[in-house]
Amino acid sequence: MLTLTINGQAKQVDAADDTPLLWVIREHLQMTGTKFGCGAGLCGACTVHLDGTAVRSCQTSAKEAVGKKVVTIEGLGGGKPHPLQVAWVAEQVPQCGYCQSGQIMQAASLLAKNPDPTKQEIVAHMDGNLCRCMTYGRIQKAIIRAAADIRARSGS
Amino acid sequence: MTHIAKPQRQIDLRRRSFVIGASAAGLAFGYAAVHGVTGLSDALAANSFGPTAWYSIAPDGKITVMVGKAEMGQHVSSAMAQIVAEELEADWRLMQISLPANDPKYNDPVLGALLTGGSWSVRMNFDAMNRAGAAGRTTLIEAGAAMMGVPAGECRASNSQVIHSKTGRKVSYGKIVADGKASKVWTPDELKALKLKTPDQYTLIGHSVPQLDVPSKTNGTAKYGIDAMVPGMLYGKPVVPPVRYGATVKSVDESDAKKVKGFVKAVTLDDKTATTTGWVVAVATTYEGAKKAAEALKINYDPGPTAKVSDQTLIDEAKKLQASDASGQLFVNAGDPAAAIGGAAKVLEAEYLTSINIHAPLEPMNALAYEQGGVWHVHTGNQFATRTGALAAGALGIDPKTLVLHQYFIGGGFGRRLDADMVVPAVLAAKAVGKPVKVIYAREDDMAMDFTRPLTYQKVKAGLSADGKLVGLQHDVVCAWPSERWGPEFLAESADKKAKLDAFTVNGADFWYSVPNHRVRAVLNELAQKATPSGHLRSVAPGWTFWAVESMLDELAHAAGKDPVDFRLAMLDGAGDNAGGAKKLANALRTAVGRSGYGAVSLPKNSGIGVACVSSQERATATWTACTAQVEVDPLSGEFKVNKLTLAMDLGTVVNPDGVRSQIEGSMLWGMSLALFEKAPLENGALQVSNFDSYTPMRMSQMPDLDISIISSNDPASGCGEPGVTVIAPAIANAVFNAVGARVRSLPITAEAVKAAMKA
Ligand code: FES
Ligand code: FES
Repeated sequence: MLTLTINGQAKQVDAADDTPLLWVIREHLQMTGTKFGCGAGLCGACTVHLDGTAVRSCQTSAKEAVGKKVVTIEGLGGGKPHPLQVAWVAEQVPQCGYCQSGQIMQAASLLAKNPDPTKQEIVAHMDGNLCRCMTYGRIQKAIIRAAADIRARSGS
Repeated sequence: MTHIAKPQRQIDLRRRSFVIGASAAGLAFGYAAVHGVTGLSDALAANSFGPTAWYSIAPDGKITVMVGKAEMGQHVSSAMAQIVAEELEADWRLMQISLPANDPKYNDPVLGALLTGGSWSVRMNFDAMNRAGAAGRTTLIEAGAAMMGVPAGECRASNSQVIHSKTGRKVSYGKIVADGKASKVWTPDELKALKLKTPDQYTLIGHSVPQLDVPSKTNGTAKYGIDAMVPGMLYGKPVVPPVRYGATVKSVDESDAKKVKGFVKAVTLDDKTATTTGWVVAVATTYEGAKKAAEALKINYDPGPTAKVSDQTLIDEAKKLQASDASGQLFVNAGDPAAAIGGAAKVLEAEYLTSINIHAPLEPMNALAYEQGGVWHVHTGNQFATRTGALAAGALGIDPKTLVLHQYFIGGGFGRRLDADMVVPAVLAAKAVGKPVKVIYAREDDMAMDFTRPLTYQKVKAGLSADGKLVGLQHDVVCAWPSERWGPEFLAESADKKAKLDAFTVNGADFWYSVPNHRVRAVLNELAQKATPSGHLRSVAPGWTFWAVESMLDELAHAAGKDPVDFRLAMLDGAGDNAGGAKKLANALRTAVGRSGYGAVSLPKNSGIGVACVSSQERATATWTACTAQVEVDPLSGEFKVNKLTLAMDLGTVVNPDGVRSQIEGSMLWGMSLALFEKAPLENGALQVSNFDSYTPMRMSQMPDLDISIISSNDPASGCGEPGVTVIAPAIANAVFNAVGARVRSLPITAEAVKAAMKA
């Protein structure tokens, strides 16, 4: 038994230490917002936060997550939509939508550190997240919109 | 391969009744196949037609539209809801969508099957959904007027309310439904007599209303096939053979797999549909267990007859076939091109190639299957429910009527989920272990077993008259035939009516240019067909036919000493059969060219603008699309950068402009990705791709600037998700030629090829 803290809740999981965190979240805990795309750290669909840092859950073992705070797309806004999720709707970003949980989690870790990223910084931070529907233009716009929203709220 | 019968075409909704009556969900609205009024009232009395409804209204006012279409990001569900809501006078905020299971009653009214592809969806459902909305509104007005005790003639509907115009009294649709008295059977004649809005009266169609599926795709609640779960479910991980097709399993050694915790069984698939060959599924209680067990299995294969086949073998075979007059079938046969070319002042001849490409949707193939009370259930996102269900039933050897297919959002279709291989390992594994099994392909399995865009070899020969006019063109297209694999019913008749051909390998070659002598031949490459079962990949044939046609037109223009835009416009004269369409295509071409600054802006050294225009997907359903590409080439290395793509598209009625724009954005980048970044080489009978490091679709950093012009009209809505794919590659190649004089005739375009062509 492993005890994980996911979106602020302690969860008991009967999984081997080396089980990828991805499968623990998706199948053991049935929180399916986090997606499986490549299983090899090449697409970013499985991105979650581990103590606030964006990680690929397919490349993170369940054991590594023990004692750390795991946040998934379901817990990102802490009960209300995160500014990125609002911006994602405003810009009508998703097509098939499959990559978007990972895109949003990846973007959230950027805005947490840098509330006013340049286009180049956005591209550098997001380039590991594949969107097979190629919604990249709208992802950029939504990140810029959310960043402005966050800055406006914090009055900076 | 098992041929699954093509579903009946052309169910004519104009001869069907439209039924409105109480159901479990509230008030249900749907076309009914029931004959005679007695049958209808029986159906109503029994509340039994609920599941056939196209939409329903609940007492709380929520309106649910059943979308018998795959929702894979093209937002077809929202477009359909818009079309219903327009005539229904519904409040958009109360609209929602539901993806029904594969009850034949949801069949596409025109195609007669649950099929999403070819950008057909909106065009084919427009009138039926529009009338369904109008009939619903009329009945609700009657019921609402009765509730208010006023004549229906004095009432109108707006924003999900019936309003008495004189007094301003209102009653909401929800209240009318709760009242429970609304019910009516509309005869086909009554439906036909309904007066529909004219486009200038639309308040939803033509407006960028928010897509209904978007919010759920930003918070993790959207459910895809891979998210399906049932209690007690086991997991299956495929072990796929070392060749794409034709292998058999000789032996399976489970001894190491047995040491894996939770291992249940290794199931060697006996696939009666021959969709898969040489597959084993490792079943375990967890996915990680199934994956470990799969890795621990030691399997002996007979690799079969195509274990030596490679790209080069396929090309050699294609050349041989092309060289023979006996090969293939005629798709276009106008005039006498051989004679015209024989008498031409100048003759050009060129070979064009496109590589094998794979779909690689981000959601890997998956399916969950189980049997319950004599009925099989399969949960999976698919683009062609009727065929998917039939294939699952075929693998099990059961009647398709005893199998229910549960539809989900699709994590990328692009044509991949028109094929249904994923149901085979799921149903066979579930049958073998007697429990529900969810099979999830690893990315490596998904890539290796893709139903690919076939490798294509095209030869074009054309003649110019002394004054630089194109007098004759011969175009041969040699490749695997994806539709042939599905069954003879999917083939079309040849131009001389002598035989069948796969129109999905030559569509687009029947272009709208006026060329008096024109022949197009479709040639099946049998070897390719055996070695790499091919499929339909976003944009299908126009993705390669226009590569050849639009490249050759540029070559001809240069050979004739004419500007490539003028050369094209002169042939888009709308003469004869080309009336109508050709002028629209010319207009799109002028728009894209004008916006790009072609000929007007001065470009940096080694830069160029190239043009192309296309009438994808099919002549009968063409969307008029033109594009220019601006590129910059490094003359030393051949490396080049696409700085900007400028596209104009005329697609008739635009249901949702922002939705259309989003599809065009994605399709243009797809076109560029296929043109530059994607290739799945075949060696030793196997696709040499495993994950997103060896098959590399475009990333954010590779995106060019996009300039998009949407031209709308009152013509029927035509598809916008595919044409953008087809126009990009020739535009880029033509731009490279204009920049540095290098003509590249093979896709994807590489720096090495540009460099080699510069020297040539
Ligand atoms: S699934 Fe983890 S990076 Fe692709
Ligand atoms: S929206 Fe489909 S993969 Fe990104």
